[in-house]
Amino acid sequence: MSEFFGSAELDALRLSLEVATRSVLCSLPAAILVAWLLTRARFHGRVLFDAFVHLPLVLPPVAVGYVLLVLFGTRGPFGHWLYEHFAVELAFSTNGAALATAVMTFPLMVRAIRISLDNVDCGLEAAARTLGAGALDRFVSITLPLMLPGILAGAVMAFAAGLGEFGAVITFVANIPGRTRTLSLALYTAIQSPSGDALAVRLAIISFALGFAGLLIAEWLARRVRRWLGR
Amino acid sequence: MLAVSIAKRRGAFDLAVAFRAPTPGIIALFGRSGSGKTTVVEILAGLLEPDSGDLRLEDLVLFDTATGYSLPAERRRIGYVFQDARLFPHLSVRGNLRYGQKRAASAPHIISFDEVTELLGLAPLLARRPYTLSGGERQRVALGRALLSQPRLLLLDEPLASLDAARRAEVLPYLEALRDRLSIPMVYVSHQFEEVLRLADHVVLLEAGRVVAAGTIHEMSLRPELGAIVGADAVGAVLEGVISEADAARGLARLNFGGGTLLVAARHARVGARARVQLFASDLILATQPAQGLSVRNSLAGVVRGIREDENEAQLVSVDIGGASVLARVTRDALESLGLHPGSAVWVLVKAVSMRGHTF
Repeated sequence: MSEFFGSAELDALRLSLEVATRSVLCSLPAAILVAWLLTRARFHGRVLFDAFVHLPLVLPPVAVGYVLLVLFGTRGPFGHWLYEHFAVELAFSTNGAALATAVMTFPLMVRAIRISLDNVDCGLEAAARTLGAGALDRFVSITLPLMLPGILAGAVMAFAAGLGEFGAVITFVANIPGRTRTLSLALYTAIQSPSGDALAVRLAIISFALGFAGLLIAEWLARRVRRWLGR
Repeated sequence: MLAVSIAKRRGAFDLAVAFRAPTPGIIALFGRSGSGKTTVVEILAGLLEPDSGDLRLEDLVLFDTATGYSLPAERRRIGYVFQDARLFPHLSVRGNLRYGQKRAASAPHIISFDEVTELLGLAPLLARRPYTLSGGERQRVALGRALLSQPRLLLLDEPLASLDAARRAEVLPYLEALRDRLSIPMVYVSHQFEEVLRLADHVVLLEAGRVVAAGTIHEMSLRPELGAIVGADAVGAVLEGVISEADAARGLARLNFGGGTLLVAARHARVGARARVQLFASDLILATQPAQGLSVRNSLAGVVRGIREDENEAQLVSVDIGGASVLARVTRDALESLGLHPGSAVWVLVKAVSMRGHTF
């Protein structure tokens, strides 16, 4: 593989996979919680909260990246605090790329999980309750397993979409080879350079293949889980 | 003793129900659909909070507005068998059965896993997944799951309603076995009088969110309120007794009840078994002298207690037979020509084949 693909492509591929993995792992618990809140909880400002969660879908990614830069940049309120207390620097780092990716793919994940949570029969939770299961116990033993199709679908979708996140990433963490230059950033750089055509084609092929594989895996997983649940 | 006194408003539906029923035994909540049966059961389970009232089972307080106390559903140990089974689709039959059992580890032991699988015939199903089960099998698993949670009360919300007649006939004997072998009090919700007749010891009749009548199955079988719901043709006394003779060759059995004996058409009766028969009011014949030269197998001496008219202008005559009451439905003309009035001595003629009998 390394005969056809050079180190630049492999670096970008490795980085993309890393960023997407970190982003999915960090945002998944939050996405499950938010999906649960939006489906099952009744609280004031739910509509506003719902809109806020979906904002990244409709905002220009560059604007999201800029907001992240203002908030999580080294001089931003959160960025400064994180650096002071945990020595975590998000701006211009791989973790920062993961954060930008997580924010952008968050609504996708929440939507997929929400759909599956809507399909979880509250009657089963009531049955679990009469069998002695408390709230947390019910969530872990009944609700979560039954949400699994949506959680998997959401994770795979977010992962596949996160591999190619561009606008928010380049705005927040710039385009640093080996640190923040993911596939789409590498592709963009190759297109910009006069001699980058061949590299661009190879990067595009990788992107296509990854995206396609992601969708196929998502579908396959969904089928497996549905069969497991007997649907 | 199960003591219920609750009020709950749900949209336009207004429920105000109060009754006391002895435990153990099967308490039937009987009434048309929409009469509030399921709401009462949900409140008993703790899945729904009443607006006011109190609920007690033996000396345990489940709910009391006076003190603002409500025992959470997950700590009530009240088993609930839902109409639609509600088995957990991601668990095997075994996993479903174990679910409540694991969470009842500290509860007083009532029944073991092996006893439940034996009682309900679940052994061949243990490895199966819920979606591969038939409707009847599902209800049996749901029943087993509720039993293994070691409940102090078992709620059965029309467990047979979603089944066809054949499946119903498959599950009913299991319910009877439960009643006879365990001493768990049960609340059985139904709008099928036949099920109530077979299973219940005590009946609470609900209509539009109110208790219209309550009492033992025998008392209730004589109440006019029941006729309004089950239909005039289905009204009749329920008698309970012990089989004293069984003649399998002729398909006959003799039932000793409080007031005498009855010859009943029953093929599988077992001597010494308790049995229950329903005498339909419209099948009973009243006579002023014992039957002679008739095919009727039973003639019982009794005294007319009371006469009332039903909604179809037929006369319902209640006759006391040695302490047990039966109802006979006759025309006004028959009543007048026999000259019957409260206090008259009569013979009640019952065809052996006209009774619906249940052995348990």
